[in-house]
Amino acid sequence: MQFKTASSPHIPQQNNVQGLMFKVLLAMVPGTIAMIVFFGWGVLINIILASVVALSAEALMLWIRKRPIKPYITDGSAILTACLLVLALPQLAPWWLTMIGTLFAIIVAKHLYGGLGFNPFNPAMVGYVVVIISFPKEMTQWVPPLLEGYTHLTFTETLNIIFGGDLPLAYTWDAITMATPLDTVKTQLGLELSINEIENHKEYGGIFGSVGGFGWEWVNGLFLATGCYLAVKGIIDWRIPAGLIAALLVLSNTFALYDYASFAPPTFHLFSGGIMLAAFFIATDPVTAATTTKGRWLYGAGIGVFIFIIRTWGAYPDGIAFAVILMNMAAPLLDYYTMPRAFGHSWTEFPHHHKADDDEQ
Amino acid sequence: MTRSSHQLWRFHGGLKLESNKAISTQSPIVKARLPKRLVIPVQQHIGEAGALLVKKGDKVLKGQVITQSNEYVSAPVHASSSGTVIDIDEYPAPHPSGLNTLCVVIETDGEDKWVELQPTNYVKTKSPAELRQLIRKAGIVGLGGAAFPTAVKVNPGPQAHIETLIINGAECEPYISCDDMLMREYATELISGCGIIQYMVSATHCLIAVEDNKPEAVKAIQTVISEQALHTIEVVSIPTIYPTGGEKQLIKVLTQKEVPSDGFPSDIGLLVQNVGTAVAVHKAVVLGEPLISRIVTVTGEGVKQPQNMEVLIGTSMSELIEQSGGYHDDACKLIMGGPMMGFTLQTDHLPIIKGCNCLLVENKPEETPATMPCIRCGACASVCPAQLLPQQLFWMASSKNFEQVQDYHLFDCIECGCCAQVCPSQIPLVQYYRFAKTEIWSQERDRIKSDHARVRHDFKQARIELEKKERAEKLRKKKELLEKKKIAEAAAKNDTPETEVDPKKVAIEAAMKRVQDKKAAKQTNNTSSDE
Amino acid sequence: MSILIAIIVLATISVFFGLLLGYTSVKFHVEGDPVVDKIDALLPQTQCGQCTYPGCRPYAEAIAAGEANINQCPPGGETTMLALSELLGIEPVPLDDEHADAPEKTVVYIDEQTCIGCTLCIQACPVDAILGAAKQMHSIIESECTGCNLCIPPCPVDCIHIIPVKIEPETWRWSLPESTVTSPKA
Repeated sequence: MQFKTASSPHIPQQNNVQGLMFKVLLAMVPGTIAMIVFFGWGVLINIILASVVALSAEALMLWIRKRPIKPYITDGSAILTACLLVLALPQLAPWWLTMIGTLFAIIVAKHLYGGLGFNPFNPAMVGYVVVIISFPKEMTQWVPPLLEGYTHLTFTETLNIIFGGDLPLAYTWDAITMATPLDTVKTQLGLELSINEIENHKEYGGIFGSVGGFGWEWVNGLFLATGCYLAVKGIIDWRIPAGLIAALLVLSNTFALYDYASFAPPTFHLFSGGIMLAAFFIATDPVTAATTTKGRWLYGAGIGVFIFIIRTWGAYPDGIAFAVILMNMAAPLLDYYTMPRAFGHSWTEFPHHHKADDDEQ
Repeated sequence: MTRSSHQLWRFHGGLKLESNKAISTQSPIVKARLPKRLVIPVQQHIGEAGALLVKKGDKVLKGQVITQSNEYVSAPVHASSSGTVIDIDEYPAPHPSGLNTLCVVIETDGEDKWVELQPTNYVKTKSPAELRQLIRKAGIVGLGGAAFPTAVKVNPGPQAHIETLIINGAECEPYISCDDMLMREYATELISGCGIIQYMVSATHCLIAVEDNKPEAVKAIQTVISEQALHTIEVVSIPTIYPTGGEKQLIKVLTQKEVPSDGFPSDIGLLVQNVGTAVAVHKAVVLGEPLISRIVTVTGEGVKQPQNMEVLIGTSMSELIEQSGGYHDDACKLIMGGPMMGFTLQTDHLPIIKGCNCLLVENKPEETPATMPCIRCGACASVCPAQLLPQQLFWMASSKNFEQVQDYHLFDCIECGCCAQVCPSQIPLVQYYRFAKTEIWSQERDRIKSDHARVRHDFKQARIELEKKERAEKLRKKKELLEKKKIAEAAAKNDTPETEVDPKKVAIEAAMKRVQDKKAAKQTNNTSSDE
Repeated sequence: MSILIAIIVLATISVFFGLLLGYTSVKFHVEGDPVVDKIDALLPQTQCGQCTYPGCRPYAEAIAAGEANINQCPPGGETTMLALSELLGIEPVPLDDEHADAPEKTVVYIDEQTCIGCTLCIQACPVDAILGAAKQMHSIIESECTGCNLCIPPCPVDCIHIIPVKIEPETWRWSLPESTVTSPKA
């Protein structure tokens, strides 16, 4: 009798890349639904658009690069990138903006660097940075949350705005879009208002909700809940979100204690913008994150620190994309300096101290 | 002593696997039938193979030694039953390569007649050195799978002081149950073997470590210990986490100590032996029987009656499968060893060797999943019991960066397979490490060989040079001699009284001639070296 | 005035650095050129001459002198080429067709029926791996044979044959897994 041969282990494996990606996608569903509920149909329309574009671009690039298409197109990574990008974009982002961002993410940030597993930068965040730098005006087209006193668009109206660029006759841009809580805080602090005054402002105070902005706190809360579930299940590494949240919490708390009038409170920092999405779904992208245990703590914390710095002193209201890309750059360095001690070896005889240093690095 | 009293530690990583041992522990150990033919490989252990002591046509008795080596790290091989040597030739080896190895083929005569055995009734009348000699002669090797000669292992050197003897009954790999059954049925022999080894290395106490999924084995040993009222032997139930049966992992669990990467357990006062080895030591010393059989688990979903069998070394695997009810129709993979570290065999017409603890037949028509690129998730590093960075090792091995891969401690990898098991990209990581290891060994052999060749080449160059010089010297001397003769003859002529010659003149002429000769000789020397 | 200061400053600096350079070149002077030995250590020592140099050491000297490329050693194959590129800090060069890799290791054996005992092969063997004397049958010491095949051309009766080195289970190597999807390179 002849038998098949293979290297050990011989137990069928349980994990696979597709499974991981789809579990992460599934975990994003509740938060995404909350976004649709609070911020209208634009989110859904853009997700569908971006997913189609991402999958087409992925297939095209695989074909050009002569890679097998089926295993890669079904691995879910392109859809994940598309969703992460859209969730970071304003809800009324025009179709071409979403498309450019997605195409740049998939073609340049992912495939030109070697495809799945080889991209040094988070593709979704690269796409986001490209559009926010190139089209700053369109990147302010955020809709107000589902609150009384604000205009809400129907599905068809949203579709028309995203694809046609034309406003329904009854509306002006000012009526259907408005600054996010983060943006408002930034602008108004610049006008020498105190946090307290901003949050209780009669015109826009309502959007601040109870902690992080009306609607945003729900979105972030749901991402936090499902993210924790992923972390408990071991699908994402809990150290990255823990490091990120801890760093942001410590920094914002310190500064708010120092001067509560000019620095937003930690709760606001944690529950506004895309913090929970970033902490549990964007920063945890394993390909671009640090891989060692200690490295992941530092990586997460680094993102948290950069987010706080950019939010507080930078030119952009939310600095997640920049923070993530900056730490992506630092990931190899973090890995290098946080290597664990191998069993039976002492801390002093690291492989890299005497050897790798005189290599080309 | 109670086992709860022992404090336990945890090693990094590891996996909780489905044990699947129960399918082969339902019936007691069965003695395999005496086969018609035994194929006994001469190399069954780590170290040098011995020289053959038998030739084709020889009659041998059961337990008769058939190879012997003077090397220190070596173990002799014995005839597993009585009969006639019908062939000594290369036969397929139970090895992942499927290559052939030198084997002695014995046709059994059915009498199973032993050679004269020399039992030892009172172990302590013998010195540790004498006992080591007995173990060496009995051809005992580590029966956990590594097959390292036991006589070498129990001799840690005069400096080493062995504090604790650890008997490894963890058997952490799924499916394998031969140690479990051995502990249940041979507990008395096991305790005796432990006592002998303990006496040999003068260890103050002995721990028998058994995973907590084998309560029957723990109970059996416990019973023997309390019956004999032994105070220095203790059975410890340890958590079932793969690969806790790895020597270094087991030491960490029991003592919290880490064996240095370049050292041995004896460096930290420990000695680890497998339970099967301890029983073999008992048999070798107390009964005088060499290692000619072992217990093999025949199991898996692809075989009809999974069971444990006591098998003579050299029995064909196909016979064991047949006696275990044969294959299920969908059997597709035959593995020697466990599912995590064992290797697949191409055929079952292979002999059982000393290091073969399990035959696993798998039936899952396991479609090979598409290997995806590494997504750097780090799952491999989190389960690695050697605390390595499997993903870095993978990159280096696949790019053949053999120097760096050693800097990242490739050779601390125990090939347990945890990393490959959890890899979401289905990368056959262990094969990459095995590739790198065998490649590095091969390069090392090449290096030694090329150094040797360089020495020989330099030697040959030097010799040719020397020969040339010698030849030239000879030539010169010959010519000189010839000239001298001529001069002498001439002088003899001149000596005749007709002409008177100034002797001074003659001397000058002769000297000038010599100079010319020398020049000529030098020239011939040069021309010859130009050739 | 200021131009004078500039000149003085520059002159002082150049004198200082000149002295520093002079000092370091004396202080950190490296005796001899060990690189030839290092290169030679990496070469397989088959002494086969396939690199167009009359042996491994001459080839090593040629590499060190920059006269030879690092991809001219067929018995060493890619491994040696990569080791040399690592040692010398130069880019790996693909093995050219002329020196295309012959990865399978071989040795020679002498068909003892045909051998006439001419000793020509003995003289050709660079490592003295052939035993024999004039008019006596010759034989190869297999463990010493480097597989250079230099003994084959001189043999007048063509009794020397190339055979692959036998792979034992102990010297067998695992293969690199096929990476169909893994590698980013085409």
